[in-house]
Amino acid sequence: MSIFAQKTLKGVSLYHHKNTEDLATVVMPAPDKVYIPLLQHMGIPCTPLVKVGDLVKVGQKIGDCEKMFSAPIHSSVSGKVAAFQDIISPNGSRTQTVVIENDHLDTIDESVAPPEVTDTKSFLQAVRESGLVGLGGAGFPVHMKLSLREPEKVDTLIINIAECEPYITSDYRNVMEDGPDIIKGIQEVCRYVGKITQVFIGVEDNKPKAITYLKELTQQYDNITVVPLRSQYPKGAEKVLIYETTGRVVGDGMIPADVGVVVMNGTSVAYVAKYLQTGLPLISKRLTVDGSAVTKPQNVRVPLGSRFIDVINFCGGYKETPKKMLMGGPMMGIAVYDHEYPVLKNNNALLCFGEKETRAAFETDCIRCGRCVRACPFGLMPASIERALKAKDVDALKDLKVNRCMECGSCAYVCPAKRSLVLSNRMAKKFVREHA
Amino acid sequence: MIIVPSPHMKDSVTTQTVMRDVLIAMAPALVASVVLFGFRSLLVTAVCVASCILFEYLFRLVTKRENTISDLSAAVTGVLLAFNLPVSLPLWMAVIGSFVSIVIVKQLFGGIGQNFANPALVGRIVLFISFASQMTNFANPTLTDQGIELITGATPLGTLAQGGTPTSYWNLFIGMHGGVLGETCALALLLGGVYLVVRKVITVTIPVAYIGTVFLFSWILGADPVYQILSGGLMLGAIFMATDYTTSPVTEKGKLIFGIGCGLITVIIRQYASYAEGVSFAILLMNILTPHIDRLTRQKAFGGDK
Repeated sequence: MSIFAQKTLKGVSLYHHKNTEDLATVVMPAPDKVYIPLLQHMGIPCTPLVKVGDLVKVGQKIGDCEKMFSAPIHSSVSGKVAAFQDIISPNGSRTQTVVIENDHLDTIDESVAPPEVTDTKSFLQAVRESGLVGLGGAGFPVHMKLSLREPEKVDTLIINIAECEPYITSDYRNVMEDGPDIIKGIQEVCRYVGKITQVFIGVEDNKPKAITYLKELTQQYDNITVVPLRSQYPKGAEKVLIYETTGRVVGDGMIPADVGVVVMNGTSVAYVAKYLQTGLPLISKRLTVDGSAVTKPQNVRVPLGSRFIDVINFCGGYKETPKKMLMGGPMMGIAVYDHEYPVLKNNNALLCFGEKETRAAFETDCIRCGRCVRACPFGLMPASIERALKAKDVDALKDLKVNRCMECGSCAYVCPAKRSLVLSNRMAKKFVREHA
Repeated sequence: MIIVPSPHMKDSVTTQTVMRDVLIAMAPALVASVVLFGFRSLLVTAVCVASCILFEYLFRLVTKRENTISDLSAAVTGVLLAFNLPVSLPLWMAVIGSFVSIVIVKQLFGGIGQNFANPALVGRIVLFISFASQMTNFANPTLTDQGIELITGATPLGTLAQGGTPTSYWNLFIGMHGGVLGETCALALLLGGVYLVVRKVITVTIPVAYIGTVFLFSWILGADPVYQILSGGLMLGAIFMATDYTTSPVTEKGKLIFGIGCGLITVIIRQYASYAEGVSFAILLMNILTPHIDRLTRQKAFGGDK
């Protein structure tokens, strides 16, 4: 291999704002009412298994769908189904939601018992029944990811603990509090999935304590390597992480399994181990609650279906009038219009900002400085894409490979003209799809 | 609640801070010009800056567009234009230069980021062709018992072309020689260049490729390479004019080609053409080639060629 072989992709250096990293997770008691949407994953919505007036218990399955691209949904409380209502999710779509009145008895459902796992099939079935979806943010059903078309080709498991988004520390707290579960989960996945011979745990080097701890935990395993990654956003992006740990390139239209890799988020893999031990489905989630408008920033274990406002109130309420509320981190998170929205499986942070942080930046025309080109991890040219979109030039957009954009936001972050480059990339991708 | 697309966090660098950094980087050269040419250089600069800002303001007002003077790019153009004028130039000519730069070259093509050539550069060239004698009336700062005195005389490259005595390297470096007001002091220009690189406003590619090419190519053609890189508008051009974002390529590979191209054309003009100075025309020609260089040096996307 040539010494010029580049093993790192570009990106941007951000202020980390990991304010909550040393705060142990606090468990939030379930609120009086939970709102559980029947679509909490990338895929097909579940159909309800309960009706209004039914009594449900903690961990009881309340929604499921036989289609592959789906994951069952469970109740996070015990109580009575009060209503079904549609809520409008932050992306504008309507989702059927089960409203459950909490009786605060926390009666555990009879079905909750460690699953019997003997082979790949029963393992995947167990993962499916747990309701697990990718906890890093995308929410892809995990049993789907682990159902490999060509299992003998997959030789590498990568655990993603890069946590490159500012503010978020929930994956870090997962390492510090549930580290041994991560190792157990890795072993279970290795036993049943593919022909895994090597495991990489990717952690950004701004978390030295996590790196030391994981190295300690993995000392006795020759096949597990902890890989410190340079703290440069977006090291946690799947394709970036795969390239930086294995040098493999996930090309256009390919999935990681095509290059022999399965990537799992650290919290997801730890949850697999926990589920196999307890059989308790995914009904709570560790959230980093932070931002200038939150009185007491901390990591909270939240029952799924709690409203954002319940979580904020648990964290001492608003310190100032919130102007912006984010599901996820500041780089890729989604702005929420309403704090009545419930916590979903794939949420990992809830950030609230006041007036000062949300002041609109002064936008000018593109000055062609090239910062976006130097920042893009995938070597795209966002300013040219914006121009080609304006000219409605489909061929140019295809040439510029806009479809490869992962919307990490590095370009828009560095742009001195404060252009909305992520938005123009998104619109360009849509435009190309419609005119292909 | 505010709903906007991600990212929700932006870098503190803005168009305005970029332009402010360029203005700061030009300050040493401005100070040097006052020391060398006296306070009239400050007056010329003030007139250029004020008229550039005024023309931009008026144009945006008349065409009912959003006002853009606060992005400071008009001020940068003003200082750059002044740097390209001899200190003795009548002020009304400087105002004409500002008009050409801002109205004709910048705003008529759509304003910041849209112009095909460097506004200040074209302003200079138009003045140079229109008012040849005033634009070549160079003051020559000379150290005497009474301090620095200005004697009318040719630039170092002009002297060389006429077979006169070459200026010493030291005088070239500190700016004790004839020329337009911002180009003579290589030391001050280099200081500004270092500031721009440290502040990440520019990358070193264009200046290094440009100056390096002039050095090498002059040397190959038998000229004195050190003399060539320290004289004329090369330092000013390579550090402040050729690095203009809008009119130079976006990728580093493109910048390299651009810098080398500027260098080659500069040397060819200096050695073979009737003009003693080649920097302005070299950069202008490469400005025109920039869209083509951009097309040929497109960055390769990660994820294979499909």
